Amino acid sequence: MALPTYASPLERIWYYTYLVICTVVFIFLIAPILIVIPLSFNAEPYFTFTEKMLTLDPEGYSLRWYDTLLTLGHPAPDGPRDSVWWSLAWEKATWIKAARNSLWVGFWATILATTLGTIAALGLSRSEMPYKRLIMALLISPMIVPIIIVAVGMSFFYAKACVSPDSAVGMVAGAFLSAKGCLANSHLGVIVAHAVLGIPFVIITVTATLTGFDQSLIRAAHSLGANPRTTFFKVVMPLILPGVISGALFAFVTSFDEVVAVLFIAGPEQQTIPRQMFNGIREAISPAILAVATLLVIISVALLATVELLRRRSDRLRGVTGT
Amino acid sequence: MADASTPLLTTADGRPLKAALATAQKRAKRRAFLLVVPLLIFVLLSFLIPIGYMLKRSFEHDGFAASAPALVAWFDANPGFDPANPPEDAFAALVSDLALMQTSRTTGLAGTRVNYVAPGSISLFKAGARVAKDLTPPYREALLALDADWGKPQVWRAMQSASNIYTPEFYLVAADRRLTDDGWARGNDNERIYLYLFGKTFVVSAIITVICLLLAFPVAHLLAVLPMPKSSLLMILVLLPFWTSLLVRTTSWIALLQEQGIVNDLLVGLGVLDDQNRLAAMYNMTGTIIAMTHVLLPFMVLPLYSVMRVIPPSYARAARSLGATSWTTFRRVYLPQTLPGIAAGSLLVFILAVGYYITPALVGGADGILISNLISFNMNKSNWSLAAALAAMLLVAILVLYWLYDRLIGIDRLKFG
Amino acid sequence: MKKLLVLSTALTAVAYAAQADVTVMSWGGAYGEAQTEAHVKPWMAATGTNTIMVDSDNPAPAIKAMVEAGNVTVDVASVEYADAVRLCDEGVLEPIDAASLPAGTDGTAAADDFLAGAVTECGVSTDIWSNIYAYDTTKLSGDAAPKTAADFFDLAKFPGKRGMRKGAKAVLEFALLGDGVPAAEVYAVLNTPEGVDRAFAKLDTIKSEVIWWEAGAQAPQLLADGEVVMTTAYNGRIFAAAINENKPFQIVWDGQIYENEMYVVPKGAPNKDAALEFIKYATSTEGLRAQAQHISYGPARKSAMLEELIFKDGKTVMAPHLPTAPENLTNALETSSAFWVDHDAELNERFQAWLAQ
Repeated sequence: MALPTYASPLERIWYYTYLVICTVVFIFLIAPILIVIPLSFNAEPYFTFTEKMLTLDPEGYSLRWYDTLLTLGHPAPDGPRDSVWWSLAWEKATWIKAARNSLWVGFWATILATTLGTIAALGLSRSEMPYKRLIMALLISPMIVPIIIVAVGMSFFYAKACVSPDSAVGMVAGAFLSAKGCLANSHLGVIVAHAVLGIPFVIITVTATLTGFDQSLIRAAHSLGANPRTTFFKVVMPLILPGVISGALFAFVTSFDEVVAVLFIAGPEQQTIPRQMFNGIREAISPAILAVATLLVIISVALLATVELLRRRSDRLRGVTGT
Repeated sequence: MADASTPLLTTADGRPLKAALATAQKRAKRRAFLLVVPLLIFVLLSFLIPIGYMLKRSFEHDGFAASAPALVAWFDANPGFDPANPPEDAFAALVSDLALMQTSRTTGLAGTRVNYVAPGSISLFKAGARVAKDLTPPYREALLALDADWGKPQVWRAMQSASNIYTPEFYLVAADRRLTDDGWARGNDNERIYLYLFGKTFVVSAIITVICLLLAFPVAHLLAVLPMPKSSLLMILVLLPFWTSLLVRTTSWIALLQEQGIVNDLLVGLGVLDDQNRLAAMYNMTGTIIAMTHVLLPFMVLPLYSVMRVIPPSYARAARSLGATSWTTFRRVYLPQTLPGIAAGSLLVFILAVGYYITPALVGGADGILISNLISFNMNKSNWSLAAALAAMLLVAILVLYWLYDRLIGIDRLKFG
Repeated sequence: MKKLLVLSTALTAVAYAAQADVTVMSWGGAYGEAQTEAHVKPWMAATGTNTIMVDSDNPAPAIKAMVEAGNVTVDVASVEYADAVRLCDEGVLEPIDAASLPAGTDGTAAADDFLAGAVTECGVSTDIWSNIYAYDTTKLSGDAAPKTAADFFDLAKFPGKRGMRKGAKAVLEFALLGDGVPAAEVYAVLNTPEGVDRAFAKLDTIKSEVIWWEAGAQAPQLLADGEVVMTTAYNGRIFAAAINENKPFQIVWDGQIYENEMYVVPKGAPNKDAALEFIKYATSTEGLRAQAQHISYGPARKSAMLEELIFKDGKTVMAPHLPTAPENLTNALETSSAFWVDHDAELNERFQAWLAQ
């Protein structure tokens, strides 16, 4: 936006003030995210810039906090780094265990939310869908209802949601449940909770892709002899795929960043990265937290880039111009 | 009304077209609905039932009823007794129950239930239960000699109502009411906390909403009027926080704002601040507001942007050419057109702020906490029924706002990026 | 679809079924580390029982919530003395047979070896620790250094932020000590409504300057970061920061409030028998001595004090750093479990309300 030539001096001043305000807001938005990156390389256990860091002295910087991520909880942190050491780190190191739990839970929560959510979105975007508004409101509500309420309800319910390990269900689902066969303190409990929280994002992104979807394409496929299965995989799926993937990524990030439900329903075997960070922030912010934070920022940049590319591709495919 | 003289339209196989269409319509409806069914079942099982369970807990507590059988029976038989002067057999029932509680170790549970409505009762119960088996009749005198509080109508009223498993009392407690000798009344000043925190939560959420609106408005406008490539690039700056872990952002705010943090160091280094007078912007309400504003700002920018982007610039130009000043143009022409975006963003930010937990828990200190933190506090203290009642009250508030959002804006217009 | 399957199998390999046999819940930070080094690791080596340590700000409310929800994941918890008595009364803990505890290394039977009160119906003492307050000697020293409990509340003489534990216990007593109530009378005063009001009134005088901490590790951190000029803390945390990290911290013992720390087993613990074995192992003479070599909390067995205790660095003599050292006991208060068993719920409720106002 350029300033029109007829602008008065007052308008000029206002225009530049406006640009300054916008810049300040952008800095406010982005600075806190970027600041953790240099701080995570601090050689000292402080989370402010030391003098050596400011003078760019290499001695002021180190990778020690990244190293802590491998050694914290390691039974022999100072030992030689051979294959035994690494396999112990994989098994025992606190942050690695947390990362594995986070990925495991996030993966299944995403699969669950995306599959159920995409199928539902296909139904919701049909004009014949009955009670559309009500159902939509219900499916979006996990995003709106404060997480603390959901967590309180789940912590009551999950402790009672048990199956006997000897029953048929217990045999099948037992590995995913707690030792007592309950949802509380089990991986499945956390997966289910996170899937519910991810569903609104899948519904929103997939229905958004489907709003531009030309229903006559389906009829065309049918009239050309394709069965519903072929129609879905060959015609519908390719068109809504970008939306589905965006939704899946949203669902994954939701799970990957979720801590309240984990605090209330998870046991010691389900420590995730956010849970570990939450504890760390409350006790003592060592720069190890900043190292994790930096890694998470890199992941979020990668995810954001993927979603942006997908959205553009989707817009192009559907013939929508602009964004 | 069907007109008999018009020939009925039929399908090829002879069925009336109207009926055939209705059947097809019904089938299509059923098919669409069937697609949603699996998700509905999933949401029912893992979301609605837990919340329903929580609502049930907010009306339910058997801590006293299950551990004081003699008193429960006595209250059932004598519903109209005078709480100011209960007879000897009531005291006898009480003493036998106290002795039972001591052996079955349920004093804590029973006392907690009564303590909810009549603060101070739990210590009364514990002290009483310890000696109950050694007490001798007349029990009334024996208990009163132990502690005169056993004669208080407040205690007897509280025990009578606690002998019911289901009760609405936790909502009264959540509304800062307590049982006194004369029935329900406002609690002491030093016990009133929940309504105050509900109020505080709404005020703070409103403040955050206003700050978000003020910050988001110019930015959304800039994004809307800039040509595409540039605006896409700047949009990333808005979306990145949205994608970044909440805990990461909270960590950085602590690093930035604490007394020995980067901002204070910078201000002291520049000589703006004296080393003794560093800003206290963390572990208090200021910290909560700043960090939450940062977290919620994208939720304001995005709806504003999507509305502003489709406002044709020609309207503003027309207003200018008709002689309006730039301020008038903004106020009378541009601002009214952005109202849907303002409403959408503000409601969304407000709704999310009201239920916030993590940020206040980490950076709020003592005075920067919101109602969610108190729910969590009561959960941790095993005050489950009270936590559930508070959560239910918060839920009602949120649902009203959500309904309002759906009415005014429509949930299907919710979008990200 | 096939790719998805491959991916999911790969991820299945990521999840693991290494369930811990015994889960110990303690207070994290330097104390959790001491217990890990002194109890958990040697126990794992000796018995092969897979044992994990989980942290909590305060294990007592956490296990109470677990037991009452019927959802216990912890086998052994480290709780304060008053909580061990209170939770035992409330049926939250498993009783522990005192006769099954091992005799001291010198052959004294456990019943005689443990200090009076160190073994209760449901708990066995691991150490005697104390709530003290500490300051940074580079900021306050010489005459300008605080010396008494009253100094902690003197904002005029010692301006600046204070760190305090977020909870009623030890804080109310400390407020009364700071208000000049003699240690012997603190609980008599606190047992009256006026006494409670007096304690809160004293806290009111510094409320605006207090940063409240919950996890024990936060206290030394607040002091190290310069966020506060003085803070209440668990004495072992300050000792650990001073010795291990060379922090210039000084403890003020005047007005210290000490008590036993107890290992307990929550009712319904998944591995109750192993938990009891763990406790017997950890509270043996060697177990208690080993812990005292990692943190400055005194062992509660006489046989553990027969030989001089030396810190793990091999040179620091522990005796003067322990809460029970005679010179540290001149104005000290032992927590009354009788008082807190009865009043914990209501005073914490009032404290929370006071905090939010």
